[in-house]
Amino acid sequence: MTVDFLIDLFSKFIDIPIVAFLLAVTIAGIPLFVLMALNATIAVYVERKVSAFMMDRIGPMGQGPGLHAGKWGVLQTIADALKLLIKEDTVPASADKLLFKMAPFIIFIGAFLGIAALPFSSVLQVVDFNVGVFYIIAVASVGVIGIVMAGWASNNKWSLYGAMRSAAQIISYEIPAGLSIIVPIMMAGTMNLQSLIEFQTGSVWGILPNWIIFNNPFSFLAFFIFFISAVAETNRTPFDIPEAESELVAGWMTEYSGFRWAVFFLSEYANMFVVSGLAATAFLGGWQSPIPGFFNSPLWGLFWFLGKIIFLIFVMMWFRWTFPRLRVDQLMHVCWKVFIPIAMLNIFGVGIWKLIIG
Amino acid sequence: MVLNIGPQHPSTHGVLRLEVTTDGEIVSKITPHLGYLHRCFEKHAENVTYEQVIPFTDRCDYLASMNSNFGYVVAMEDLMEIEVSERVQYIRVIMAELNRIASHLLALGVYGLDIGAFTPFLYMLRDRERILDMFEYTCGARLLYNYMWIGGVSHDLPKDFEKICIEFLDYFEPQIDEYNNLLTYNKIFIERTADVGIIPADIAISYGVSGPNLRGSGVSWDVRKDEPYSIYDRFEFDIPTGTGEFGTLGDCFDRYWVRMLEISQSAKIIRQALKDLPGGDVFETMPKKIRPPKGSIYRRTESPRGDLGYYIMSDGTPSPTRVKMRSPAFTALSCLDEVSSGWMISDVLAILGSLDIVLGEIDR
Amino acid sequence: MTFNEIREAISNQFSGSVVQNDELANGQIEINSEHWLEVATFLKTDPKLSFDQLECITGVDTGDDGPLQSHYNLHSMEHRHKVEIIINHDRNDPKVSSIEQIWRIGDWFERETYDMFGIVYEGHRDLRRILCPDDWEGWPLRKDYETQESFHGILVPKIKEEEGWE
Repeated sequence: MTVDFLIDLFSKFIDIPIVAFLLAVTIAGIPLFVLMALNATIAVYVERKVSAFMMDRIGPMGQGPGLHAGKWGVLQTIADALKLLIKEDTVPASADKLLFKMAPFIIFIGAFLGIAALPFSSVLQVVDFNVGVFYIIAVASVGVIGIVMAGWASNNKWSLYGAMRSAAQIISYEIPAGLSIIVPIMMAGTMNLQSLIEFQTGSVWGILPNWIIFNNPFSFLAFFIFFISAVAETNRTPFDIPEAESELVAGWMTEYSGFRWAVFFLSEYANMFVVSGLAATAFLGGWQSPIPGFFNSPLWGLFWFLGKIIFLIFVMMWFRWTFPRLRVDQLMHVCWKVFIPIAMLNIFGVGIWKLIIG
Repeated sequence: MVLNIGPQHPSTHGVLRLEVTTDGEIVSKITPHLGYLHRCFEKHAENVTYEQVIPFTDRCDYLASMNSNFGYVVAMEDLMEIEVSERVQYIRVIMAELNRIASHLLALGVYGLDIGAFTPFLYMLRDRERILDMFEYTCGARLLYNYMWIGGVSHDLPKDFEKICIEFLDYFEPQIDEYNNLLTYNKIFIERTADVGIIPADIAISYGVSGPNLRGSGVSWDVRKDEPYSIYDRFEFDIPTGTGEFGTLGDCFDRYWVRMLEISQSAKIIRQALKDLPGGDVFETMPKKIRPPKGSIYRRTESPRGDLGYYIMSDGTPSPTRVKMRSPAFTALSCLDEVSSGWMISDVLAILGSLDIVLGEIDR
Repeated sequence: MTFNEIREAISNQFSGSVVQNDELANGQIEINSEHWLEVATFLKTDPKLSFDQLECITGVDTGDDGPLQSHYNLHSMEHRHKVEIIINHDRNDPKVSSIEQIWRIGDWFERETYDMFGIVYEGHRDLRRILCPDDWEGWPLRKDYETQESFHGILVPKIKEEEGWE
């Protein structure tokens, strides 16, 4: 179900094309927004519980349904979200007010546009671009503009440091991420996300699903480079230097409070969702079932796709609660001197592989 | 750009302000500004009696109060020439070493936090908690004990303390491997700490750096061994020193690693002390009236942070003329500028963490 | 080296530098403040003494009209011996040469003693208050110290004998 389908549908009843278009976009956008909010709410809860179990704690236990001292703290994030919404929205006196207020929404837009192109199942996708991969990579970098804006407009040294680190980091890590996603594109010969997934139908030797990650050694390596770069692009530990708590207090988010801060948080988790979604699509067969030939209906597809994303997000959380943080120069070292050469060799290797084996 | 790290900052370990002059990420000069936690310990001490000074010493190094107490009472007993009963000596050593473990655990955990690893911090606090429980069981307080008194201790050990303590040690010693696997041998952690913030031995001595920081630079100096006080000469233990295992001698990793090794040495001392623990009364050698003769004394002891010295001057009245605390964290912090210029902002905080400062003790 | 040998060594090197004072305990040497810089350099550099560690500088106010004192506790890592040096200062004009460049920790210890007692260490490159605020008045650890009435508009509470805290 795409936006095009909705536009066609409404055009039959409404004569003015622009109204039909806006109506269709709004109707398609609302579920995406709900998805983002749900994703953040659930991910924050899961992050708390995952971190708690990794640290030998029990995590939030109050705020359950019914009573304050309920079970498992399932309403903790809702309570937090409410708290953030009613908190005072402070803007520093010396801040650049317009940019300061705009920044969270630019970051939000970047994440939102990314989600719009994700193929949730064989029939469920808001926009089916023929250059889907390229599109997601492109809009994912819109966020960095917002980060630099937030850091600059806050008029705070910590924010500025955070923003500069973040800009350098995100732009650098886009290169290995982009180079390694070329590998599936070369193999499938398309940038369309649906075609990319369809390319991964079937199985290898009847056991493994025919996902690109299992296709050849180069694509196997490419997945890890892509995933690690994706972690870096979303500013997660061990690459969380832009908001390194013990160094930069909260980096570019230092001066934000209340709702605007909540938007940052929402976008961070949405970004994780997008990059995990792209990784799942390009390398892990998207909505394809892990058991080739079974459970492949569209509804199961949705389940598999979300399942893969959740797994990847879990791995990111796992990273976060295990690793210390890298230093700026080490981060750049990893990117420019390790990942980029390997990613380039990968492209070369996969080309030869395709030439010889097919 | 001049950057003010602190007084409120997540990793200054208290209220310390570092005025950092930076060029991009590189730090060219650091000026520490102290005194945000100055509570006039020395002025207070002149206006109270000798035994009333002990609670103030608790509040100086609040992470190792037992050791702060210990230093003061050792100095006082030397000044008054009191022979303390055997049981009291053993109890003091057990308590001081337990507190050393607790303090080192916090130092190591917080160091992980400074580097960005959250989980080891909670693992270490979990085990520190059990030590604090034991202290609570013994003297009722968890952080500020006021436990060691001049000539004795405030409470005798509970009857089953030995059993609890041995149980704890049996549980705790294997945990050290867990910390090592989680944090110490992590590649990122080694990258961040090895070769960073090198303090050469001569600089360290000139700056009065002591304790694990000095031993991290490869100098084998431990007051417990080299100037034995109390009954430390009866125990067998090693003094771990830095070896530059992953980088250069005297780097952050060495200081971290010395602390990690010291934990097991402390556990070793506690086991020996528990084995030999004699019976007796803990109050019998406590003087009725504390009025030391005219004179002065400077005595140092090994606190978890280094040489904790007390200069006590008496004029024969019930309250001291002068009590000066030579705090090891104060001297360790003084070398920060020398050590960390030229490193990055992240490294400055890594170095600061590796020095293991406690602001309560620096500002007094 | 034993304490007496250290004492001998100093008085042989600089005649008149060691002040005779029978009240001192074992391990303490009183030095003339004029000679302090040379004596300190000698203590640090002489291979037989080699006091490489300055353990502590303690300022002392001996009360009423007595002098202010600086006590230096020195220790040698190499020879494992130690000594305490005492220097008397005139109460109205307390000053002595700084040893900050000999033992680097002297920097902060001298700043602290300056902060608390107002003893001026001449030649110190950065003699500021360290624990008290820069604009604090008076020398807190002197026996005749009187608290300020107010600090930046904050009234300082005073103890009155009968009424307790004001």
